[in-house]
Amino acid sequence: MLSAPLEVGFDYTRSLGPVLGRFVNGLRERRIEGVRGADGRVHVPPVEYDPVTAAPLTEFVPVADEGTVVSWSWMSEPLEGQPLSRPFAWALIKLDGADTPMLHAVDAGSPGQIHSGLRVRVRWADELVGHIRDIAYFVPVGAPDGIAPEPPPVAKREEGAPVSIVITPVHLHYQHSASPEESRYLKGLADGKLIGQRCPACEKVYIPPRGACPVDGVPTAEEIELPDTGIVTTFCIVNVPFLGQRIKPPYVAAYILLDGADIAFLHLVLGCEASEVRMGMRVRAAWKPREDWWTSLENIDHFEPTGEPDAPYESFAHHL
Amino acid sequence: MSDVAVVGFAQAPNVRRTEGTTNGVEMLVPIFAEVFEQTGLSKKDIGFWCSGSSDYLAGRAFSFISAVDATGAFPPIHESHVEMDAAWALYEAWLKIRMGEVDTALVYGFGKSSAGQLRRVLALQLDPYLVAPLWPDSVSIAAIQARLGLDSGLWSEKDLAEVAARNRGVDVEGLLDAQYLADPLRAHDVAPITDGAAVIILASAERAKEFAARPALITGIEHRVDTPVLGARDLTRALSAEAAARAAGADGVEVAELHAPFTHQELILRSALGLGDQVRVNPSGGALAANPMFAAGLARIGEAAREIFAGHANRVLAHATSGPALQQNLVAVMEGLD
Repeated sequence: MLSAPLEVGFDYTRSLGPVLGRFVNGLRERRIEGVRGADGRVHVPPVEYDPVTAAPLTEFVPVADEGTVVSWSWMSEPLEGQPLSRPFAWALIKLDGADTPMLHAVDAGSPGQIHSGLRVRVRWADELVGHIRDIAYFVPVGAPDGIAPEPPPVAKREEGAPVSIVITPVHLHYQHSASPEESRYLKGLADGKLIGQRCPACEKVYIPPRGACPVDGVPTAEEIELPDTGIVTTFCIVNVPFLGQRIKPPYVAAYILLDGADIAFLHLVLGCEASEVRMGMRVRAAWKPREDWWTSLENIDHFEPTGEPDAPYESFAHHL
Repeated sequence: MSDVAVVGFAQAPNVRRTEGTTNGVEMLVPIFAEVFEQTGLSKKDIGFWCSGSSDYLAGRAFSFISAVDATGAFPPIHESHVEMDAAWALYEAWLKIRMGEVDTALVYGFGKSSAGQLRRVLALQLDPYLVAPLWPDSVSIAAIQARLGLDSGLWSEKDLAEVAARNRGVDVEGLLDAQYLADPLRAHDVAPITDGAAVIILASAERAKEFAARPALITGIEHRVDTPVLGARDLTRALSAEAAARAAGADGVEVAELHAPFTHQELILRSALGLGDQVRVNPSGGALAANPMFAAGLARIGEAAREIFAGHANRVLAHATSGPALQQNLVAVMEGLD
């Protein structure tokens, strides 16, 4: 079965309201402000709504950048994106003046050098940008700063304006697996073959083949090599430019039903004016040069008209 | 309103890594067949379908759509999905039957936890403004919770090892000699990373006896949630679990299946749910034996119902959790329908 690394990444860009906005702008000036809850407790970081009553909270209370470890755990092999890349402690830290502790990292060196009750102070980032990571991490009171990581990216704003947006890059790493049926299909493509499979229950031919026929819920089984000719069932003319577009509009994205298949797939129709593409039009695959083939439907660059007579509407109406 | 019973349960092999896809089809097709065999039902007989899974686990948007293929969803079915453990999908299906819209429902959950780095993926369930940007992983947060109980004398590392030994079916001797995974937690304190899937069929009480010799009638099912602010709640308790148990009527159960992915969380839950020493806890081994994400909570309901199917118990409790450090909790109480 085929599998490959799948990297998913996005810079989450979030606007801040009056509560979180005030908090991160304070951090830029090395100021930490909590908010007083409905029960009088001071929460740090501030929360927009009371954790118990859900009432909106508005009374800000300055607290110290020094506090006490309430609980901790040891991170012996830090993960990507965490505040420190050397072993460190995660800790709940109650800042002086706060009633609830905040979660952050403590650069303690080794688990023997941290304990509940330890006094710690903020190690401010070298560059303060208005983000929770302006608190780079905590260090035991009296310990040196250590080396802090780079600041997170910053959203553009007008000169002198307060920070109103935070950016958090998120990158996740997966190993993506193709199903047994997809794997046979993809390997076929690498050899220039179009491999479909027939559902044992309804006898429909699927390309790509499926782990389960959506009608019958059973895996497709009997393998069928399909020709690279077929018809356009339906199509649209793309006129709108978008990020990542590889063809200049206008162009045609169409559902192609291969001869002998019972399900159409999406591909491109080129080789004629967009205005000439019709439902029922006969088309043939235009393959890329053989040396560019791999386990991908991209091996077919596009479909183009064969010039044969169109298929009658009744012959494909049930595929629409 | 109609009462609702569990009439069938099946689960895929719980494995460290499946070769299959993240859309769960390969795990689901066989267990759907198994649960239809158990109940004598077929897909045409199912009034409502509901699933639980997560795009973050799969690394793909709308990943649950492909799983719908396994149901044979044409002609169109009445279907829904929650981005939560499928125990909450069961809650939605329970409501559908209660409201009289349908009299049967099939609920399934699946997760290929091994596709990504689970403890890091789970950081993304935290507050996205001020907490998730630090990437606190699920194991580290649980370890902080465990230490709060150790420091306050609520439990000892030996107590945790005993929970692990009982659920994993291993000897407690020597467990404490192991190195810490995330001080104060050792590997035996942490649920394994598991790929898996589970399915349950529900039916109205009126029809349940058609599909099972001894259905498990749901006498109470409730879920509650605590604040997402980790520092603002007492992490040595699970107030939402206490509230859910009170509302569901958890007294007098003989068996409890608890969704506790960490040893100390079983101790918190025993206390929150008021389970005495006479209650048999996790005859299945619980989440410490197998923890397929988004299916493990549903599997607790299935495993507890199985105690009733087999006549081993007459009144059972199942619990499911979601979020960091037992933030959200669901409690279901079931009795044999003779």
